Amino acid sequence: MRAVRMVCASLMATGLVLTPSSAFAQDVQALRQEIDQLRREFDALKQDYGARLSALEEKLAAAQGAATTVPPAAAPAAPAATAQPSPTAPQPPAAPQPATAAQQPAAPVPPGAEGAGGPTGALPVYGSAAAGSKVFNPDMAVIGDVLGAAGHNSVAPSPALEVHEAEASFQAIVDPYARADFFVSFGEEGVVLEEGFVTFTSLPGGLLTKVGKMRAAFGKVNTLHNHVLPWTDRPLMTRNLVGGEDGIDDAGISVARLIPNPWLFLEATGQVFRGDSDDLFKSVEPSNLSYVGHLRAYQDITESSNIDLGFSYARGHNNDSQGNPELFGTFITQLYGIDATFRWRPLQRSIYRSFVGRFENVWSRRDQANGLQGSTGYYLSGDYQFARRWFAGARYDHSGRATDASLVDDGGALTLTYWPSEFSQVRGQYRRTNYANAPSADEFLFQFQFSIGAHGAHPF
Amino acid sequence: MTRKILVAVCAALLLSTVASAQGKLNVMTATEDLAAIAKEVAGDRANVESMARGYQDPHFVEAKPSFILKLQKADLLVVVGRELEIGWLPPLIAQSRNAKIQLGADGYLDASLTAQILEIPTTQVTRAMGDVHPLGNPHYWLDPENGKRIAKAIADKLAQLRPNDIPYFQQRLADFTSRLDAAEKRWLATMAPYKGTKMVTYHRSFPNFAERFGLQIVGYVEPRPGIPPTPQHTLDLINEMKRQNVKLVLVEPYFDLKTPNAIGRETGAQVLVMPPSVGGTKDVTDYFKLFDYDINLLVEAIKKSGAQATK
Repeated sequence: MRAVRMVCASLMATGLVLTPSSAFAQDVQALRQEIDQLRREFDALKQDYGARLSALEEKLAAAQGAATTVPPAAAPAAPAATAQPSPTAPQPPAAPQPATAAQQPAAPVPPGAEGAGGPTGALPVYGSAAAGSKVFNPDMAVIGDVLGAAGHNSVAPSPALEVHEAEASFQAIVDPYARADFFVSFGEEGVVLEEGFVTFTSLPGGLLTKVGKMRAAFGKVNTLHNHVLPWTDRPLMTRNLVGGEDGIDDAGISVARLIPNPWLFLEATGQVFRGDSDDLFKSVEPSNLSYVGHLRAYQDITESSNIDLGFSYARGHNNDSQGNPELFGTFITQLYGIDATFRWRPLQRSIYRSFVGRFENVWSRRDQANGLQGSTGYYLSGDYQFARRWFAGARYDHSGRATDASLVDDGGALTLTYWPSEFSQVRGQYRRTNYANAPSADEFLFQFQFSIGAHGAHPF
Repeated sequence: MTRKILVAVCAALLLSTVASAQGKLNVMTATEDLAAIAKEVAGDRANVESMARGYQDPHFVEAKPSFILKLQKADLLVVVGRELEIGWLPPLIAQSRNAKIQLGADGYLDASLTAQILEIPTTQVTRAMGDVHPLGNPHYWLDPENGKRIAKAIADKLAQLRPNDIPYFQQRLADFTSRLDAAEKRWLATMAPYKGTKMVTYHRSFPNFAERFGLQIVGYVEPRPGIPPTPQHTLDLINEMKRQNVKLVLVEPYFDLKTPNAIGRETGAQVLVMPPSVGGTKDVTDYFKLFDYDINLLVEAIKKSGAQATK
């Protein structure tokens, strides 16, 4: 501080010595004014530097103060470590640190100046490991899903063990108006963009708009990713009528709006897709779009229980041509669905007990060369959580086949699920399937799931 | 006649616009603690409502669509932050269709930003430590000093949203702060004789409380955050409690009492269901009563058990 003053003063002095030589002829009054002016400027400069220096000093003192107060503050935590001699005892993750905002020096520091709380030290080089842009990386997570199967199934055999999928998710806020979510599924057959869409969160009129590839809002189970299903598989209804495992999952635009009313949560969703979804919809020319509409009604019954109802409709071109390429793309499939979900979770015991009952029914109207095929499929399931980490569930399946309504399969499954932690899951499932035109299959399926990376949202 | 109707309609329209201009702010908070503080500061200028209940584990709130309806109308959303709500709040905000409360917008307030946060990890964090919060312990509201900081943050935010009411909010804030100052003196005095009392808690919900009132937490019923008790850990904990003569086990109202009760039987310690939040029990209806209740509960138990630190 003194050094700064000295330098300033000597600079001023030099200036004063040099100016008179050219100012001899000038009025003494003018010279005096000039000196006053310089003095004022110098005082202002001095004040400015003084303020900055005292701010820095205070900051330094605060930092030192914080450093010296750490040992006593850490005292309550430190014995915790010694108190648990077991090798599994967790280390207390941190010594307490006061939030810097609470200790901000009172002296005003110009924003952006050193001591104002911005980054200090050398600024990072672009592209380096510490580059500032790294903070904008999306939240990333990978969920592994390993499936095993024992038993015999002649219609849809499962391998003894497979890495069913590894789903990578990348999620971040795009800008003040939108967020983006990508889910890339690495399976044994290759890499699939399961979903990848942008959501506009702030559009006027309460329109929640998504653009990209997404699971269609047809019923409940179609919207769920594999890792949040309460089973290791998808119900027969989905496999027979709603596009198999991937379901209706296509590139398109989705608009959802809440319908204001004084009684319940009512949301209408309209979606337009390119028209390609597994073997359900096939788009031969650009005009062969598929459409999905969904109406969702939700109501809390009590603070612990609620009911969720949905009505769905889907329409698109199917892949039937009966061997005549000219007819390809002329046949239409329409799906109608209803779904109902009842949830119970007592608030105070929410981490120990819960129940979810699900019912979904789909009517398929598939127009094909040999006439209209009208099939029905449904499932009914219940999942009960009986301990903090244990769930048991049952499901009944019944479904006709989309291409031949006279063939009707039914079956059921029993599941038992264990969560070692919030980030992993082990599940066993016994499944019996009575096929219309093949021997019944009894299978035992088991699944290991684990998640690394960002903490995702809990499914609801 | 028509003119009369016209005038009446115009007047009604005018009145309704005036009413909406001066209408109450809708403030949604993540927890009842934040709601209690927001009510103190906002007074009659806002409707304040919490999503989570005080007797509910704030990590595991369900993302119910009924919350979406409430968030849609909110002018301000106050969150606890430090990733406490990471499992349920982000999808609700995304579906709220409310630009005002999106992350980074004016109506989004993270109350932790000005509070004193403990247990910020200084080493590499992994999930081998359980469900640790990499940004520090989010149960920071259980310290009256942080209560004041939260109130200040909310008051500043309200002032930003309703500049006309700045004097009102400032007066409410000053009033709340001075009442809290007085209460804190009283609480500190009540707790002073019991400084250094050792205890065990179920989850890491009480570090700020313990630090403010000079209590010593020597262990946790959970082996790691978010992991339910294991027999080995419980045994170790019992031995350690016996060695250090720990006579108190604090349990949040949403945890199972089976293991704590077993620990209590083995060690002779008292098991207290201690609400960490406003609304944790029926009697705790505001931020002051939270400390009144907890401190009273503790002092009674310490007196009864003789858990007081020997000096």
